[in-house]
Amino acid sequence: MSHSAVKPTPASPTPEGGHLLEVRDLHVEFRTGEGVARVINGVSYHLDAGETLAVLGESGSGKSVTAQAIMGILDTPPANVRSGQILYRGRDLLGQSEEQRRQVRGKEIAMIFQDALSALNPVFPVGWQIGETLRHREGMSRGDARARTVELMDLVRIPAAASRLGDYPHQFSGGMRQRVMIAMALALNPKVLIADEPTTALDVTVQAQIMDLLADLRRDLDMAMILITHDLGVVAGVADRIAVMYAGRIVEHADVHSLYRAPAHPYTKGLLESIPRLDVRGQALSTIRGLPPNLMRIPSGCPFHPRCPYVQQVCVDVVPHDLVLGDGRTSACHFAQEVCDDSAR
Amino acid sequence: MLRFILRRLLQMVLAFFGTTLIVYALMFAGQGDPIQALAGERPVTAAQRAYLTEKYHLDATGVGGFFYRYFDYLKNLLQGDLGQSLTGRQIGDILAAAWPVTVKLALIAMAVTIVIGVTAGVIAGIRRGSIFDNATLVLTLLVLGIPTIVLAPLAQYLLGVKWQLFPPTAGANPDLYALLLPGIVLGSLSLATALRLTRTSVAENLRADYVRTARSKGLVKRRIVGVHVLRNSLIPVITFLGVEMGNLMSGAIITEGVFNIPGIGFNLFRGIRTEDGPLVVGIVSVLVVVYLVSNLVVDVLYAVLDPRIRYE
Repeated sequence: MSHSAVKPTPASPTPEGGHLLEVRDLHVEFRTGEGVARVINGVSYHLDAGETLAVLGESGSGKSVTAQAIMGILDTPPANVRSGQILYRGRDLLGQSEEQRRQVRGKEIAMIFQDALSALNPVFPVGWQIGETLRHREGMSRGDARARTVELMDLVRIPAAASRLGDYPHQFSGGMRQRVMIAMALALNPKVLIADEPTTALDVTVQAQIMDLLADLRRDLDMAMILITHDLGVVAGVADRIAVMYAGRIVEHADVHSLYRAPAHPYTKGLLESIPRLDVRGQALSTIRGLPPNLMRIPSGCPFHPRCPYVQQVCVDVVPHDLVLGDGRTSACHFAQEVCDDSAR
Repeated sequence: MLRFILRRLLQMVLAFFGTTLIVYALMFAGQGDPIQALAGERPVTAAQRAYLTEKYHLDATGVGGFFYRYFDYLKNLLQGDLGQSLTGRQIGDILAAAWPVTVKLALIAMAVTIVIGVTAGVIAGIRRGSIFDNATLVLTLLVLGIPTIVLAPLAQYLLGVKWQLFPPTAGANPDLYALLLPGIVLGSLSLATALRLTRTSVAENLRADYVRTARSKGLVKRRIVGVHVLRNSLIPVITFLGVEMGNLMSGAIITEGVFNIPGIGFNLFRGIRTEDGPLVVGIVSVLVVVYLVSNLVVDVLYAVLDPRIRYE
């Protein structure tokens, strides 16, 4: 742990331990035949009741792995949670037995996945799959589970729900399938819903419907939500706060408005600038040069330095701490203030 | 589905005529003097020759004559008359005596395959990379590597003759115990294949996305593996077992030969060796039907097991 001095973001007004869910200095590595990939390198974030946190990052940044570590569904091996804490209502999930963690899954924290077609079991009807959770976690009778399943499918706005209980996942459209996933995740009234790229596999129009649905459900059922995505467009209307991940770390953390107005990390700045804009025409789309780092050989100092337009010698030598910028914003960049001022211009 | 079955049944009719025609042609078209073949080493008188020529329509020669006799044969076949073997026995009677023996043998082999092969495959798939997994890999490769022509006599000598755990041969009316060792030998090959197939299928499905979903629902591991993974993993295995059952039902020439079991394979081999054309064609015609039906059953079973399969 090269940057053990990094403290969990001291930004939140809620007192220590008061968060609904808090990840503290999490380190996860994957042992493979070719070596050890350090996938999560000191991630810290928190989630309060009723809010939506967006976790943003490109593939391989560790956003899904963090979520799976929270759920306790990482395959170990190859994954190995080396250190850190995952506090749910003040209790460290990582210190709990498998049986205790199983009780949390679905009932306290539920998760929906990117590709609903492969995430649903192909050989069982959807009604059976939603009802299974009710029957085996709540001990409901078949009849009760069936009635509740129809309620859940109505809740996620699947038309003619009762007549579709016996249909199989492949008989649904992509959007309807994702709704089935959501209904399944909501079955036990979880307090936290983790949505792992819930709209990536969908058409743009359907994406918007699903995002609206998730936002409505979060509000109506008073859940907190972690929305994992690589799509900046998706988060703007839904999230309260955004945590940007790069190479297994949170590099910037801010409320949505501040982050969109003036990103304080060069990576976030690059991401925002690479969004195509209707009002800027005739210019080449700006991109972030270079490739995401190989997690078996993460660059020294700031892992973003080989791709960064602000790079200086200090970036190669020293791992940046989280710099607090006010309004509870943090940025893990030696030149955070400079970047932020640049962006604001 | 019903339309699919109907279409397949119609295809089966064509396949049946095609295969019987080929087998019939292979057995009879090149035959020099069928009457002498029937009589064997004994001389044939002119009167006998005239009678048999008349009876089997041998006066018609060439391709026309061949088809005349083929349709003659088919006409009898469709009326359920398989004809007589060269030894003078009704082929229908031979089959009626041989089939129950072969079916018993096949059921023993299938039981061994399912109980040992599939079970061990599931365990090996769950404990991928364990000692159990590696041990079964070595054993199955060994079994798959030894041909039945070696394995059967070896098992017969060691277990039947030397240690006398089983009767070394079965004989005319074998009981279940006498068929046990041949059944195991016969089943060992499909056991090994079923084990590898199950193991791969289980290991693959354990890594599937829907398993991750099942875990995030908070289901217990036993249910995730026992219901979600197994139900998916067994689709290819059951399909394989269906095809294998069809194969086993059609008799095992080597195993039945080595253990002297009067089943289908045994009779078929005898027919081929003694150039008993009617017997061979009769048995093969029935085997064709067994194959076609078992393949249809497997296809239907596949669609029942996997709701994604649609035959339309």
